[in-house]
Amino acid sequence: MKDNPSRPLYLVPYYIWIALFVIVPIALIFYFSFLDLTGAFTLENYQNFFSSVYLRMTLSSFWYAFLITLITIVIAYPTAYWLTKTKHKQLWLLLIIIPSWINLLLKAYAFIGIFGLYGPANKLLQTLGAGPWQILFTDFSFIFVSVYIFIPFMVLPIFNSLDKINPALVDASRDLGASSFTTFRRIVFPLAINGVKSGVQAVFIPALSLFVITRLIAGNKVITLGTAIEQQFLVTQNWGMGSTIAVFLILFMIIIMMLTGQKEKGGSYNGKTK
Amino acid sequence: MAKLSKLAKIYLVLVFAILYAPIFYLIFYSFNSGGTMSSFEGFTWEHYGAVFNDTRLLIILMNTVIIALLSSLISTAVGVLGAIGIVFLRNRKTRKTVLSLNTILIVSPDVIIGASFLILFTMIGVKLGFASVLISHIAFSIPIVVIMVLPKLQEMSSSLIDAATDLGASKRDILTRVIIPYIKPGIFAGFFLALTYSLDDFAVTFFVTGNGFSTLSIEIYSMARAGITLTINALSALIFVVTLGLVLGYYFFNQRAGQSPGTGGAKT
Repeated sequence: MKDNPSRPLYLVPYYIWIALFVIVPIALIFYFSFLDLTGAFTLENYQNFFSSVYLRMTLSSFWYAFLITLITIVIAYPTAYWLTKTKHKQLWLLLIIIPSWINLLLKAYAFIGIFGLYGPANKLLQTLGAGPWQILFTDFSFIFVSVYIFIPFMVLPIFNSLDKINPALVDASRDLGASSFTTFRRIVFPLAINGVKSGVQAVFIPALSLFVITRLIAGNKVITLGTAIEQQFLVTQNWGMGSTIAVFLILFMIIIMMLTGQKEKGGSYNGKTK
Repeated sequence: MAKLSKLAKIYLVLVFAILYAPIFYLIFYSFNSGGTMSSFEGFTWEHYGAVFNDTRLLIILMNTVIIALLSSLISTAVGVLGAIGIVFLRNRKTRKTVLSLNTILIVSPDVIIGASFLILFTMIGVKLGFASVLISHIAFSIPIVVIMVLPKLQEMSSSLIDAATDLGASKRDILTRVIIPYIKPGIFAGFFLALTYSLDDFAVTFFVTGNGFSTLSIEIYSMARAGITLTINALSALIFVVTLGLVLGYYFFNQRAGQSPGTGGAKT
């Protein structure tokens, strides 16, 4: 492997892809963020972004994303943990993943029926004596459906990192007299934290930019950064403003990536336990 | 291994129930002769008939499948080569840069991918439609394939390649007879994941699809915005069955692959 003259050839299509579909699009977004509706150079979009309307929208978008991520972790962590202890764990994991293979639109559509005024959720509430409620087009339905959508994406990385933990470490901790809680806190949790971080990456950023669910389930009451971008690009046709919001979304994304970034140390550590 | 406590079992059952409830709910009402998803009147196949009699819908379905298969095949080819290239990159800094660039499209929100591709296609003059959708799907699937293949390559001991070289294997032989067979599970995982992403994608497609061309998710979106039609239910039932078949096939393939020497030790 010391000299590998064919190496650059392998990488040609891949490098073309990076240039054309990673670097150029970002550059274009950045460039368009300085253009107004007529295509002239302007800083107005950035001024607009710092107006109260957009700031409030950004904050609420963050708040929703935070809630969705938190609830998803709370539900997914025990799921992943117990899944690693089942007999046919790969099969069970697969069954968790299957719903994520079902098109997002179909799942959202299902919830339109479930949360509808005459849907099963309201029927259940009625039998409990809590009358029919307007569940659809509320914050609750938005968060519920989002969490539902994201659960598999959180379970998978957590499962993978839990599953990689060498069981000898857990046994050793037990032998040394640690309680199962201490073992979890000192051994399992720190070793699996990278899974949680990947999960947060996989959930938080998409949650900031959801626009399908906001449109179908939240009835345009919730506006996320994603909804705003879609609106600017496809409805208002103001690509400049859309790009400006996108620039900020990319910035937030970078910050989140850095916060949840994994040191290479962790990766090689897992490799060594093999 | 410790047995699961009762609480754990109940919890898992509950999670599975919630994950599958909406899907089975959709399928259940696909057989409803009434027009709604709230009261079941009687059993009927009429909504399935409606799916198969709707030529437009069938064409859209075919578009979706063609886009998914083509884009995952192409992205798997590019991604596998990319991953092999990355592993052989000796300069740590270059490798790190390439890997970061690789992750960008995975973590980028769909709206940004969609919006930036829309600008890109408009600038370079790609007509919105089949081509733009296919190219976009290839573009966002490549990094996924790389991510799935890379760990397999990294866990491959370099002595395997050294041994092959010592035995006189050419570069080509090493690639096709040592590396590719070894990373095959990763390649398949990457391919299936790319397939999933393509079939599942709505947001990116929505941006780059233009007027004449539509995939299933675009169609469902406009149908769902218009209100409940049980044709969607029938369609989703069909999609679910196909998906399940794919996943189970993949699982059994993987099980068989797992028994081959080399990776057999991992399964207990």
